[in-house]
Amino acid sequence: MSGIVANDVDALAAMIPDGAKICVPPDYSGAAMELTRAMVRRGVRDLHLVCVPVTGMQGDLLIGGGAVKTIETSAVTLGEFGGAPRFQNALKQGSIRIMDATCPAVHAGIQAGQKGIPYMPLRGMIGSDILKNRSDWKVQQNPFSDDDDQIVLLPAINPDFAIFHGLKADREGNVYLGVRRELFAMAGASKQCLITVEEIVDGNLLEDPLLAPGTLPAIYVGGVAEAKRGCWPVSFWDEYGYDGEHMRAYIAAARSDDGFAGYVAEFVQGQAEAAE
Amino acid sequence: MSEAVAPDEVRTEELLITIIARLLEGSRLVAAGASSPIPGGGCLLARKHSGNAMRVNILGSRKYNLMTGGGVELFDWAGQGRLDAFFLGGGQIDGEANINLVGTGDYPNSDIRWPGSFGSGYLYYLVPRVILFREEHTRRVFVPKVDFISTPGVSDANTYRTGGPYAMVSPICLMGFDAKKRRFHLKSVHPGHTVEEVRDNTGFDFDVPDHVPETEMPTRTVLNEIRTEIAAEIAETYPRFAERVFGVAA
Repeated sequence: MSGIVANDVDALAAMIPDGAKICVPPDYSGAAMELTRAMVRRGVRDLHLVCVPVTGMQGDLLIGGGAVKTIETSAVTLGEFGGAPRFQNALKQGSIRIMDATCPAVHAGIQAGQKGIPYMPLRGMIGSDILKNRSDWKVQQNPFSDDDDQIVLLPAINPDFAIFHGLKADREGNVYLGVRRELFAMAGASKQCLITVEEIVDGNLLEDPLLAPGTLPAIYVGGVAEAKRGCWPVSFWDEYGYDGEHMRAYIAAARSDDGFAGYVAEFVQGQAEAAE
Repeated sequence: MSEAVAPDEVRTEELLITIIARLLEGSRLVAAGASSPIPGGGCLLARKHSGNAMRVNILGSRKYNLMTGGGVELFDWAGQGRLDAFFLGGGQIDGEANINLVGTGDYPNSDIRWPGSFGSGYLYYLVPRVILFREEHTRRVFVPKVDFISTPGVSDANTYRTGGPYAMVSPICLMGFDAKKRRFHLKSVHPGHTVEEVRDNTGFDFDVPDHVPETEMPTRTVLNEIRTEIAAEIAETYPRFAERVFGVAA
């Protein structure tokens, strides 16, 4: 295969240079875990990871794998399974830079990026230590008000890549994302998307009037690869749930450096050998 | 049927669901988070008591989802003034209702790092009834001063703010908050607990009226509603909680 459809996730991972700014959705919204493992395998470094608006195991795996220099997020958690061990450890060690945010502020930055405008104003945040620690955010007088009315201005977020998993793609590179509007926003804000899907299908998704409104047109897509159960071990929309046993095993392993190294050897590097 | 039942018949979770439902009365649209079974249960009970007029959005639920606009839509509701009530927790909450969801010690190299602020840095300003809810009432949660302000309890007059802390619900008491005084006040103490116990386990000062009432138990009718209809509804979104508390399978 050539063109927009890549042979495998490793081909997509190879497109991401060190130092790239990437954005990812929450673990439940289509986190491209198989591609994430391929990124760790390839040994990508110094990423600026924008979580729209939060992350979980995906971010933890990237951090543990040494791929992340800066993380911009409103939270990192493995939810009901527990905290994110590699994230917590990296902060304690000071080995990553964190840009703490609040969810709608990340969305607003992405929306500004989507529109090609320099910033988006947003209520809230004034008086918080989130704002105090974000020198890239500004507070200004609302120019439309005669009263003293301060409002926060959030700079546009324009990642190099949006990285996520969708349900299916056609060979033109159109990708069905259903009702996941945050993925469309991320696609619009980013220079290109690298997307894995459950299956590559025949035909053109945009020609089906029922599928077209939930389909990301290929114009935003830099590469797409088939990855069945590509979100494993996290959940994918209503298609499949978390592999709870694996999530708990991951957390237990990732509490120590050695444990995490063992996990990577088995489930990240090991997978490459199995695929060869 | 309308008599409050005896305290020893009521599980703490059932009492908390009852209290939360009362606090939500009169709301048009309320939302609860994905990992909030008790607030979620309170929303569903309040909805029932409103004759199903109240709209309830539970994040992560398929049945109680009212959104098609993506992750940003909940926040847009708040900005538009549509969202009447929401719930926030906090690793630390202080006497001025400041909330810390980030961590303890010096930021950013926290001693203990929690997940992060989520939507609190926005929703706390714009949702009229923010109910603070913690299942742990101790001095490590209720501190004199939070180590990091994810979102402040009170804002200056020149900060746009239509929302804020409305009540604080814990397993031992119910508190209200006065934004002008920047202080909590004790509203009621749950049966089996005392004002002294609340004081001993709270790291900040709060106002205590001369007479502190005991928190009113649910009626037999309400308790039955919780154990049947509401338990079954909770099981859809919070299966493990429903199984543990009510013995209901999803």
